[in-house]
Amino acid sequence: MSAHRRGFRFGATGLALAALLLSATACGGTTRENSGDDSGAGNQASGAANPDAKIKEGLKIAFLPKQVNNPYFTVSDNGGKTAVSEIKGEFKEVGPSEASASSQVSYINTLSQQGMDVIVTSANDPNAICGALNQAKAAGAKIVTFDSDTKPECRQIFVNQATAEGIAETQVKLISTQIGGAGEIAVLSATANATNQNAWIELMRQELTKPEYSKINLVTVAYGNDDDQKSFQETQGLLQSYPNLKGIISPTTVGVAAAARYLSGSQYKGKVKLTGLGTPNQMRQYVKDGTVDAFALWNPADLGYLAAYAGAALASGQVTGAEGEKFTAGKLGEYTVGTDGVVVLGPPTVFDKNNIDQFDF
Amino acid sequence: MAHDSLYAAPPSTGAETERAAGRLAGLRAALGSWDAAVVAALVLAVLLAGVSVQNFATGRNVQFLLLDLVPLALLALPMTLIVITGEIDLSVASTVGLCSTLMGQLWLSSGLSLELICVLVVLLGGALGAVNGLFVTGFGLPSLAVTIGTLALYRGLSFVVLGDQAVADFPASWTAAAVRNIPGTSIPVAVVPVLLLALVFGVVLHATSTGRALYAMGNNDQAATFAGVSVARTKFWLFVASGAVCGLVGIFWTLRYASARGDNATGLELTVVTAVLLGGVSIFGGRGGLLGVVAGVLLLGVLRNALQLADVDANALTIVTGALLIASVVLPNAVADVRARLHRRRQRANPVAP
Repeated sequence: MSAHRRGFRFGATGLALAALLLSATACGGTTRENSGDDSGAGNQASGAANPDAKIKEGLKIAFLPKQVNNPYFTVSDNGGKTAVSEIKGEFKEVGPSEASASSQVSYINTLSQQGMDVIVTSANDPNAICGALNQAKAAGAKIVTFDSDTKPECRQIFVNQATAEGIAETQVKLISTQIGGAGEIAVLSATANATNQNAWIELMRQELTKPEYSKINLVTVAYGNDDDQKSFQETQGLLQSYPNLKGIISPTTVGVAAAARYLSGSQYKGKVKLTGLGTPNQMRQYVKDGTVDAFALWNPADLGYLAAYAGAALASGQVTGAEGEKFTAGKLGEYTVGTDGVVVLGPPTVFDKNNIDQFDF
Repeated sequence: MAHDSLYAAPPSTGAETERAAGRLAGLRAALGSWDAAVVAALVLAVLLAGVSVQNFATGRNVQFLLLDLVPLALLALPMTLIVITGEIDLSVASTVGLCSTLMGQLWLSSGLSLELICVLVVLLGGALGAVNGLFVTGFGLPSLAVTIGTLALYRGLSFVVLGDQAVADFPASWTAAAVRNIPGTSIPVAVVPVLLLALVFGVVLHATSTGRALYAMGNNDQAATFAGVSVARTKFWLFVASGAVCGLVGIFWTLRYASARGDNATGLELTVVTAVLLGGVSIFGGRGGLLGVVAGVLLLGVLRNALQLADVDANALTIVTGALLIASVVLPNAVADVRARLHRRRQRANPVAP
């Protein structure tokens, strides 16, 4: 090809590109400002609820966790399975092997195709699975989210594992009992801008202003960045900087495990108390060797159990997802639907050496 | 086959040229039969699934199946051409992710119109592909290493662009358009650009001198250069094309899931490579065609969809994909090997008359 022709070709390409860009800008177009249309106005609660309706038998209830092969979801889905067998329904658990929203969409489509009555899911992305859920809803399925919510208009009920208040109250109560109601405590958090942890820490500070906690002094908040090594070092640093420290609260599963590992190998073992949010499998050895008295987390089996009952109540017409409606969830008792269709499981479960062996997650 | 050509001495005698020609003919036959085998497997899979899997043969399911396949089909087109030249682009899924987050960030903060953003994203995709192309052709580095590098680099950058946030407030008219069907059918509109691009790539590969040059490069870079083909320039533009298609897929992905986020399309590159190899393209370059790849993409999609509807669990699905990948690499080689051996025996049995 001659240099002349090549030059011509590049010129033409450039011109075409410029024309494309110009036409795209010139004809107004859709911008953030002028795109008035709201994304998918949802139906929160359609039809009227009949509180006296009986739970139907033979309901097809499917659990779609964030991913399969994840111990946390295996436990919660098994809780769902228990509930579904109690109400004589058909249980099914499906899910992607990697926690991605796009593969969840393909599973939601499949479940909708199979004519499920209820889809119980934990969303990998609050928006990405919305379209598929709305399609499934239009095809007649009831949608319950648990653990991780979608936008409220994409589901009927969200079963929330715990409120921030419940978590803060439990943590403060645990550490207060363990250190005898008086002394210096510190918090070992995740990252400095972690939304959940910051909300909990703020509520813990409020909780500590109550008269019964007046002798407890929160001296500092350290950040282990949810990194095992960093959390380990931060724990070490806390104990060196605050020789009078009586207790540590670590409201993150990575932090609490790292702190427990440091304490169990140090002179502070059993003297400086540690509590937080952890999983029984991570913490079992530290509870048994006396490093940790008790820690908390919601019980994922109960979470799945409640989600299954919420779905069955929806599919039977007992509730529609509107605020104030009530339904009974088997052994867990009665629940009331809150604002935006949220049902709260209740205060976190406390794990200590007496009950820890009953849990495997 | 690459190892054939790698060890092929320059043709010195007439007999050797003849044998090479015979081998080529044998290869062409093997290629034809692989294409046919994939198409037959596809037809068989559709029929079997239609009969035995409940809810498979419905309009709604066709829509779901095709929508899931659009990104895979688009990415497989340039990948086919790249693999035929003996290179590979493993960065496609990360490029899609980066294009998606760039689209999200531009929509979030630039105030530009979505039409313009889409054009920009395709251009940016092309630029990302050009980086691959530059390293491979300009610096002569192996594409496997380069694109594994950009696989990590682009994924990392996409988390730099949006962090762990997601941009989701795209206009509903756009996100609905991404999943809309052609009126009166259950075929998504998004299939149309896929078919058009498949046509373009098909024509380039099978009906132009550039296409023939791609096969020549895959068989022997040096021979292709001696034959007057500009190997570096052609490969460079293939990587640019691959990047631009990634930009398109990034736009589609973002709109279909109404969510621009850093982990979009993670891991998709392996499915794309699987589809291309399943379609009969040799991983060593120089062999394969677009029809087989399209059939391979569809076969992969039908299998996943049908198995999922039949409640086969995710681990088994992964195993099936892996097994298909291995089978598609091993089988054509085994077939070609057997053919070559038979051919040699026949030649020995009937010596050419002096």
